[in-house]
Amino acid sequence: MTAQLLLVQALNGLQFGILLFLVAAGLTLVFGVMDVINLAHGVQYMLGAYLGASLAAATGSFWLGLLLALPATLACGLLLELLVFRHLYDRDHLAQVLATFGVILTLNEAVTLLWGSAPLQVATPALLEGGVTLMPGLQYPLYRLAILAAGLATAGLLWLLVEHTRAGALLRAGASNRPMLAALGVDTGRLFLLVFGLGAMLAGFAGAMAAPILSVEPGMGDSVLILAFVVIVIGGIGSVRGAFLAALLVGLVEVLGRSLLPDLMRLVLAPSPARQAGASIGSMLVYIAMALILAVRPRGLFPARAG
Amino acid sequence: MPASRRAATLPLLLFALLAAAPFLGLGEGWMMTLLARGMILGLAALSLWLVVGGAGLVSLGHAAMLGIGAYAVVALDEARITEALVVAPAAIGAAALFALLTGAVALRTAGVPFIMITLAFGQMAFFTAASLAFYGGDDGYTLYARSTLAGGRWLENRLGFHYLCLALLAGAFLFCHLLLASRFGRVLRAARENPLRVQAVGFSPYPYRLLAYGIAGGMAGLAGFLLANATEFVAPSFLAWQRSGELLFMVILGGLGSPFGAVLGALALLLLEEGLGHLTPHWRLLLGPLLVLAVLFLRGGLVGLPAQLAGTRRHG
Amino acid sequence: MVEPVLRLDGLRKRFGGLTVTDAVSLAVAPGEIHAVIGPNGAGKTTLIHQVSGTLRPDAGRVLFAGQDVTGLPLARRARLGLARSFQITSVLPGFSALENVALAVQGRSGSSFRFLRPAAAEAMLNEAAMAALAQTGLAGRAAVPAAALSHGERRQLELAIALAMQPRLLLLDEPLAGTGPEEAERLVALLQGLRGRYAILLVEHDMAAVFALADRVSVLVQGRLLASGAPAAIRADPAVRVAYLGEDEAA
Ligand SMILES: Nc1ncnc2c1ncn2[C@@H]1O[C@H](COP(=O)(O)OP(=O)(O)OP(=O)(O)O)[C@@H](O)[C@H]1O
Ligand SMILES: [Mg+2]
Repeated sequence: MTAQLLLVQALNGLQFGILLFLVAAGLTLVFGVMDVINLAHGVQYMLGAYLGASLAAATGSFWLGLLLALPATLACGLLLELLVFRHLYDRDHLAQVLATFGVILTLNEAVTLLWGSAPLQVATPALLEGGVTLMPGLQYPLYRLAILAAGLATAGLLWLLVEHTRAGALLRAGASNRPMLAALGVDTGRLFLLVFGLGAMLAGFAGAMAAPILSVEPGMGDSVLILAFVVIVIGGIGSVRGAFLAALLVGLVEVLGRSLLPDLMRLVLAPSPARQAGASIGSMLVYIAMALILAVRPRGLFPARAG
Repeated sequence: MPASRRAATLPLLLFALLAAAPFLGLGEGWMMTLLARGMILGLAALSLWLVVGGAGLVSLGHAAMLGIGAYAVVALDEARITEALVVAPAAIGAAALFALLTGAVALRTAGVPFIMITLAFGQMAFFTAASLAFYGGDDGYTLYARSTLAGGRWLENRLGFHYLCLALLAGAFLFCHLLLASRFGRVLRAARENPLRVQAVGFSPYPYRLLAYGIAGGMAGLAGFLLANATEFVAPSFLAWQRSGELLFMVILGGLGSPFGAVLGALALLLLEEGLGHLTPHWRLLLGPLLVLAVLFLRGGLVGLPAQLAGTRRHG
Repeated sequence: MVEPVLRLDGLRKRFGGLTVTDAVSLAVAPGEIHAVIGPNGAGKTTLIHQVSGTLRPDAGRVLFAGQDVTGLPLARRARLGLARSFQITSVLPGFSALENVALAVQGRSGSSFRFLRPAAAEAMLNEAAMAALAQTGLAGRAAVPAAALSHGERRQLELAIALAMQPRLLLLDEPLAGTGPEEAERLVALLQGLRGRYAILLVEHDMAAVFALADRVSVLVQGRLLASGAPAAIRADPAVRVAYLGEDEAA
């Protein structure tokens, strides 16, 4: 284990974390503003990857595909809101969990039907192929750096939107004190639709961006969804800032844990059990971290809601 | 009391039907397998009902308890211990212990954080199972043999296994009823309705909820023991979060208001899946929307359906 | 002087920049009915919350029966004999009136970690619960779910629950709020009957009831105790008249 390896894995962790943030941001906003728990959010990420891949293949350009995937995922989000979510706002969390679970089953199967169950491969765009030399003897893929940059830029835009616009003020008001929205005379129906669409688009964007570095397959949204849940629970439900920090933390813990722990375990165990124990503890590490954080702070690191 | 007698009629009818099933032309191999599976999942759904319907806590990690029960069978099978009188208590104990440990953390929260934490703990168990290379890792583990009962190979007999499942299901059902009506259950139900009021009369809900969660874990572990024996095969997919979602749906489909709903929901969902599976390999494409519709329109579950229908007719 | 059941010592509570309880000290003697009055938003409910344990004070101490309970949660204080009613009715809507009260009896009689015997069949619990219901005039409504009771009946149920706990101190936050004149009269008579048996800390806006019931009256204005004394003295206190009673009588 060298310093180079550590640096590469840390960058991978941050890059994974920023993707997680793009998914978690929508989830935490939807929950914070509307008090809706949306299991189907991971599906938006999967749709982003599939739509991006198909649109890229159809247009012959990765960039055009990525660009078109945004309105496409937005449309999917709006459609889902109109068909399903709209009817869940005044229902309890149990009903929301189950209805969105039904949406997952449906869309995972629909994707299998349309695209088959074999993973799709998406090529890295020519412009971003190859690597950059970070230090002598250390190459890092340019595309991964681009994801990191694009993700950070999106996070910045989101921050501007939430902290410095009127719409953002409403979102924050809604997340900390929901009855206030109605009292302010806000058209909550439209606000919810917009927040939902925005969240869907962010997750879709993350999926479309990630398509070249992972295998695009049915169910790919499920594992991301669960990590995004961990992120928003650790970050404090409803808090975008908390989601950002927690996403980076979870990304780092997940990637570093899985890659480094098997090596670390060899310091104390024989190689074969070390690999096993390392791999299993590595994949559990984020959940252990979550349990520890919640044992100390049941409402997460940055709780948004007062009282 | 006629009301409670009426409430007991349907469960009695269902259990009598299940008891008579092998002699009502349902004795074929695949049908018996399906029924056994239904009763086992009914037991698992019943244990989840204790948490969701009894204590009012929505758990999305219940498949982990079922899976841990099943993996306890695997661990003992690997060590060539197959006596059910040892294996079943071990499965119950392992799952209950996991429930108590994770519940101790998860119950510090409520509402949506509780849903997410139970989900996360479920994933933790799932990844652990998938990394157990000596039990087959992702590929799962095939048992050498079904458990023996008091040394005899009763569980290999199809009828014997059927009645074992039925007896355990009926026993667990009765137990749930008694538990919820007891002093303990009264505190649990009250804490579900209004935790503040319960504290104001001197109860801290936490220990009651934790114990209920542990008991539910143990019941699910028993279901895991049966499931491992029914399939003679155990895989990490037993612990997948989609399984937890299915269990939760069984509870709701049947109706959250009574433990009978959980049993009914488990059987109904299983039959529905089986039926849709005959229609198309993409049966989930049909099940998903049905699930959404059931949540949106079937408010009281199947148990509440007659009342709901009567209600709409009166209004319509 | 007898040892007070309850002594508040310099309680202070802030919500953000707003000081809602400001250096409040008072004592309630055994058997005494001590009323706390004050305009809307004076901090009466917040004070009750700190006594019962639903809110932690930022400074100061709560001494109950000689024991410092400042750090104890609601449930522990309840087991020590501190019963409260809520300004906004808080009962178990799906439970019958009887079962609501039986739960309170259960809280003070034996372990509740009993698993197989139906609680509804325990005669001891039911008899004590029926007695408390009868005391508050709800005996005829025992089997009705709390959700189906009228608003006034639910106020009576709150009181029945508190009485069933056989507490050493009753904390009553506006027990008469929302009751009709007849119900109010019956409740006042009931509280009269409790005089001497229970120490009561009573928050109430109904001045007629307060001056009929209270042995001592404390006036809370913007979180501070403005005056504390016998009802007659309070009625005559010019500062109180200006700050509180004045506007009441002018209206
Ligand atoms: N949780 C809270 N957060 C912030 N402010 C609060 C909170 N609870 C109460 N307040 C404020 O504290 C002040 C006192 O409230 P409190 O409910 O104690 O008054 P009260 O005397 O009981 O009034 P009322 O007679 O209307 O019942 C009010 O200004 C109220 O807005
Ligand atoms: Mg008040």
